[in-house]
This record gives sequence, C-alpha cells and structure tokens, in this order.
Amino acid sequence: MASRKRSIGVIAVVAATGLGLSACGQSSGGAGGGAVELTITQNAIAGGKNAVSAEHIANWVIPTFEAAQKAKGKDVKVKFIPSGVDDEQYKTKLSLDLKSGKGADVIDIDGIWAGEFAQAGYIKPLAEVVGAEADTWEGWSQIPDAVQGLATYDGKKYALPIGTDGRVLYFNKTLFQKAGLPADWQPKSWQEILDAGAKLKSSGVPVPIQINAGTAMGEATTMQGVLPLLAGAGAEIQKDGKWTGAGQALKDVLGLYQKIYGGSGLGDPRLQQEAKGRDKSFQQFAQGRIGILMEGDYFWRGVVNPKDGVARMPDRDQNVGYALIPAMEPGKGIRGQDFVSMSGGALRTVNPNSKHPKEAFELLAFTLSADALKQETKGGNVRVTPRGDVNKEILAGEPLLTFISEKVLPLTAYRPPVAIYPQVSVALQEATAAVAGGTPPDQAAADYQKKLEGIVGGAGNIAS
Amino acid sequence: MAQATSPPDAAPGEDARARRHSTDAAGLGRVRAALFTAPALALIAVFLVFPALWVLYLGLTTYRLTGADAAEPQFVGLDNFVEALWDPAFWDSTWLTVEFVLGSAVVGQVGLGFTIAWLLRDRRGPLKRLVEGLVILAWILPSAVVSFLWVALLDRDSGTLNALLGIPGFPWLLDHPMLSIVVFNTWRGTAFSMMLYGAALGNVPPSHLESARLAGATGWQQLRDVVFPHIKGHVLTNLLLISLWTFNDFTPFMLTAGGPDGRSEVLAVHVYKVAVQSGELGYGAALSTIILLINLVVAVFYLRLLRSKR
Repeated sequence: MASRKRSIGVIAVVAATGLGLSACGQSSGGAGGGAVELTITQNAIAGGKNAVSAEHIANWVIPTFEAAQKAKGKDVKVKFIPSGVDDEQYKTKLSLDLKSGKGADVIDIDGIWAGEFAQAGYIKPLAEVVGAEADTWEGWSQIPDAVQGLATYDGKKYALPIGTDGRVLYFNKTLFQKAGLPADWQPKSWQEILDAGAKLKSSGVPVPIQINAGTAMGEATTMQGVLPLLAGAGAEIQKDGKWTGAGQALKDVLGLYQKIYGGSGLGDPRLQQEAKGRDKSFQQFAQGRIGILMEGDYFWRGVVNPKDGVARMPDRDQNVGYALIPAMEPGKGIRGQDFVSMSGGALRTVNPNSKHPKEAFELLAFTLSADALKQETKGGNVRVTPRGDVNKEILAGEPLLTFISEKVLPLTAYRPPVAIYPQVSVALQEATAAVAGGTPPDQAAADYQKKLEGIVGGAGNIAS
Repeated sequence: MAQATSPPDAAPGEDARARRHSTDAAGLGRVRAALFTAPALALIAVFLVFPALWVLYLGLTTYRLTGADAAEPQFVGLDNFVEALWDPAFWDSTWLTVEFVLGSAVVGQVGLGFTIAWLLRDRRGPLKRLVEGLVILAWILPSAVVSFLWVALLDRDSGTLNALLGIPGFPWLLDHPMLSIVVFNTWRGTAFSMMLYGAALGNVPPSHLESARLAGATGWQQLRDVVFPHIKGHVLTNLLLISLWTFNDFTPFMLTAGGPDGRSEVLAVHVYKVAVQSGELGYGAALSTIILLINLVVAVFYLRLLRSKR
C-alpha cells in the first residue's frame, strides 16, 4: 500500500514536470516547412466589432494576397487573428504580446499609442524593420501630410496610416421634429446645444444630450467629449510643449458638463458611470432615446450602419442628422474658428519581432493598396481612407463621409503624439467623472491640475 | 483546498505517529529523497519563488507597460510603497476590500453556509439534495457565465430583478455597488462553507447532543456549548481560507468593473487597473507586495487563533 502511494506520488511529480515543460515548449512553436506563415491582427471580429474589416481580411485580402504570392512562386500562408474588445483591452493585449517578443506579424494600433509603443521599443521605424522599401512605398504620395503625421514619431515613420476620422454632433431627426427643431440643425454655440436639449426634454426625450464623460468610457470620453469641447473653448491639450491646466478653457468645458449632468436632466449622469455605458449609449440612440450625441464617424459606419452596425438603424440615412461641433461662441474656438473637431486615425505596422519582415510589409502594403481599399469600402462600407486617389472615388456617394472629408477635416485638430498623453487623458476623464458625479467644476479643475502636475513633471510644463 | 477538507483535528495525531517512526519514514535516504523532491521544488522555484522575488524587485522600479519606462525602468527604491501608502485611492480600496471580506465571506458565506448545514444536518431525501445541488451549482459554474447572469439580473434598464420588483430603471450596480458584489459573492461562495460545516457537524457525537437535550438545553445552548467546541477548528480554518480567497477575488470586476467611480474597486481590481489598464507595472508590483503582506498578517492571525484554541 505504502509503496503504491509512493509511486503515484512520483508519477504525479513527473507528470507535473512534463506539463511545465510542454507548456514552455508550446510558445516557441513557429512556422514549419517551406511555407512562410504570416499573421495579421486587428481589433475586429466577424459578427462583432468592426465586422466589415474582419470579413474583408478573411474573404478578400488573404485569398488574393496568397494567390498573388503563389503567382510569384512563393508559398505564403496568412492567418487572421480576430479580437472584439474595448480599445483599452486590445492595447493591453498588444503591449503584452510585443513585450514578450511575440504577436502577429502585421498589427493595427491606434495612432495615439505610437509614441509610447515606440518609446518602449515595441515598434520600430519601418525603414529599420523592413528596409528601404518602406520609404519608397507607392502610397505615400497619395497621403496628406496631416495623416502621415499620425504615423510619424520623432521624425521617423513607424507605420502606414489606415485612415483618419472626425467628430460631429449626431441627432435624431424624428425626435427633433417632435420637439420643433429643424432637420438641418446646426448649432453655433454651446448655448444652442443646451437650448435644443431643453426643447427635446420638454417634448419627452429621456436623454436629450449624450456627451461622453467619466472613466468607464476611457479614451472615448476624452476624444468624443473633453477635447472637442476644449478646442471649442480655444485650447489645445498640449501646445508648444506645454499642457493645458485648470485655466478658463477647462473650467468652461467642465461647466458645460455640469449644465448637462448636474441635475438639469439634459443628460443621464448614470450612463457615464456604467461599465458598458458607451455601448448602451449606442443602443439608446438607435432606439430613439437619445436626442444629440457627440461621436466620430465610426458611429455612422460601425454602430448605426443599417447593414452591419452593432446597433443598427434601418432608417439611418433618413433619420440621423449630423452637424459640426460649434465653438463655445462663434470665433472662440482654436485658431479663432467657429467650429471645431478632433481627429485620430489608426495605424498598421510590421511587428519588429516578425520572422518575415519583408513578406509582412508586402502584406501590409497590399492591405493599403488602392485596389484593397476600394474593395474594403465597397457596398456601403465607406470610410475616409488615407489615400487621396481612393477617397476621390469612394466618398462621392456617401453624404456623411463627404461632410467629414470636406467640412470637418479642414478645421480639425490632432492629439499630441507623446507617450504621456494617455495618462493626461485619464486625468481629464476623472475630472468629467467628478463633475458628472456632482463635484463643482472649479473643484474638479483644481484636482485635475494637481494630478497633471504629477504626470507631466511639475507646474513648469503646464501653460498658465 | 486539500488542507481544508481534512479535518484540522487530524494533524496532532499525525504528529504523534511521525514521532514514533524514525524521521526517514519512506526509507529513501537523504540523497534519493532530495532527488525525488527536486522536480517539484524546481517547479515551485520557477513558478512561485522567482515570480514573487521578481514582483518585489519590480516594485522598486518605475517599470511601465509602454513608454520609455518599459524599455529602461528606473530604480526608485521605496518610492512606490510610500506613494501607495499616501494614496487615498489605495486606502479606499483597502477599506472596500475589508467590507467585502467581512460582508461576503465572514458574515455572508460563513453565516449562510453554517445555517444551511445546520438546518439540513438531520435531513435526508430530495429537499436536502436539491438545496445542496443549487448551492454547489452556484459555486462550480464558470465565473464569466455567472457574472453575465448577474449583470442580466441587476441591469438598470432590462434587468430581471427590476422587472420582478416592478421598479424599472433602479441602478443596483450604480447605487449599491458594494451591496451588489457582497450579495453576489455570498451566493457564489457559500457552497464551500456549507460543505465544510456539513462534514464538521457530522463529527459532533450524537450522544453529546442527546445528553444536552435530556438536560434541557435549548437549541441555542446546544449550539453554543456542544456543537461549537467540536467545530471551532473547522470554523477557523474555513474563515482563514475564505478570507484569503475573498480578499484576492477578482470576480467583482466582471460585475461593476470597480465602478462607478471606484466605489467598488477592491484591492484586486485596484491592482489590475493600476498595473494592467494604466500600465504602471512597477507601482502595481508594489501594491501587490503590500497585499501579500496584508494576506500574511491575516493568515498569521488566524493560525495563532487556531493554535491557541487547541
């Protein structure tokens, strides 16, 4: 009996060791045989987030690219690694992949992560990873400078831009009609937004205005909330190396948040606190419960898209209106503008850990060739691509994206591509969370200032 | 878990037996014994000791998930620890964790688990099997499934609970985040205490209870003077285990994500937010070290109590 027990113990130990070893072995498995195996990843998944992109990659990019390579006598296999999570989680996953020397060969990142990823050594200048062909890519000549700037850090190109976007105010025309507001609504000041909200409220709209606030929505609060408003109050978050502190502009922004969420009933402060608040705001807009919503063109393309949005609106084209985001008062915006917006854009790059950087870059460039972009945007999936030649053709039949491209992009602004921006962004989110939770704007601004000093290294780096 | 299921009373018996035998009970000899344990010790060293030391080291640096500090972290000594101890967010989280442990583990799971075990002690048949089955089901379902069910139950707009109570729009997870996760965790983890007390109550000699009853003891007196002295070892072991489990439990994140505005951000969630979401791995490692120390204190407290009761 005793000896049997002992042998069982030995087996258990051996088995456990074996498990440990095989677990180690698994991760080092790579491409075998003669074929070149490439992987490409995006925060997109068939049937879920950015479904169109996922399907485009799986159904068109991969077979076409593999066939083209075969015609050249190369055996290349491409695998798509889908993902359908919040951007913050996707970023964490990517960072951990890249940190451990792994990850897909071709990866999509948000333009705003480029700085911190580059500083960490997670991504490297394309010319270093791939060679000279990165700089001589035929597409560069088609991409406007501002969009190229998204992919540039410290004067070097780290990626190819996938496109750009812009923020506008969306509104529900049916609700507007009921409230006696025009279908071609275009507010010229913040007060006009509040006035429209008040009319919507008295006509029984449950949530007249939704401007993202709070920490649960992450970067969506900063990009679709604080920053466009800050631009409307005449301030950029960082200018000439100095960050914007608790000056009048920020106090004005937080003051607007208070007017919406501080008991006026114009907005739903609880929605800003919910773990899935942004997804809920999408659903509520689609259900006709929200009157005015500040979002990017992603909302039009990926959320209320009647074909494959995450909160479809079959009558989107008739029922969803859009307007430029006004400055606080005419002429009070940045550069003295009457209207403002913010833009970002995603990037696609080659993982420096890739075993086949040349082939990976071929795949990357292929996804951004004119043919691929035209194919991707077929059938109502239009977006603002990085390429002028493609945009000219595809935007013609798409009202909102033509609007973004012609009216919004000329007056837009970009976030500073520096590594500590995301921390500043969180501090801004916390300030809006405080105001939506009842803290007076002045107090929230002062708290923000204190946090900002800690982040940017003292009051010397903050504009007074 | 293996220690929990073997009644603590067995330990002294084994000690005595070990003393009667020679120290080399298996007859392997020092070298072979060392060889046999080496693989296990190596695994423990690689997967437990090394990571723990690594966390200690990381806690002394500015290591981050991204940015310049990811490539070249700076050594900052105890700065992270000092920062944590001065950070009100850390103390808020600590206090919320204490509430969570006291509410859901000590009061909730132990109380409910013991009550169920006591009420069902002499019962046989379908009712007992049904109750035990349901309680255990809550325990063995995967966390992701369970959290989804609870979000569906407590949701503000279309939650089942609001529909049942007829109060649509009541934001349980926003207005009462701590209560929600305390009730959730009580429901989730009661099975362990119920089973442990069920087994412990079986150890109480029926003759003692019988004599107490004959002497006219009330139910409460029987519980206090007959049952409790027999099971206090079990109670303490149970408390130790579920306190530590609950202290480090991450499941509340799936219900409230620490929100709203940090009002249910227990320490496990706080560390996740700091280290993984904000990418401050160095500071997160320092927080983890502090949590480890708190765990040690809790463990030592219970173990001393356990020893002094013998």
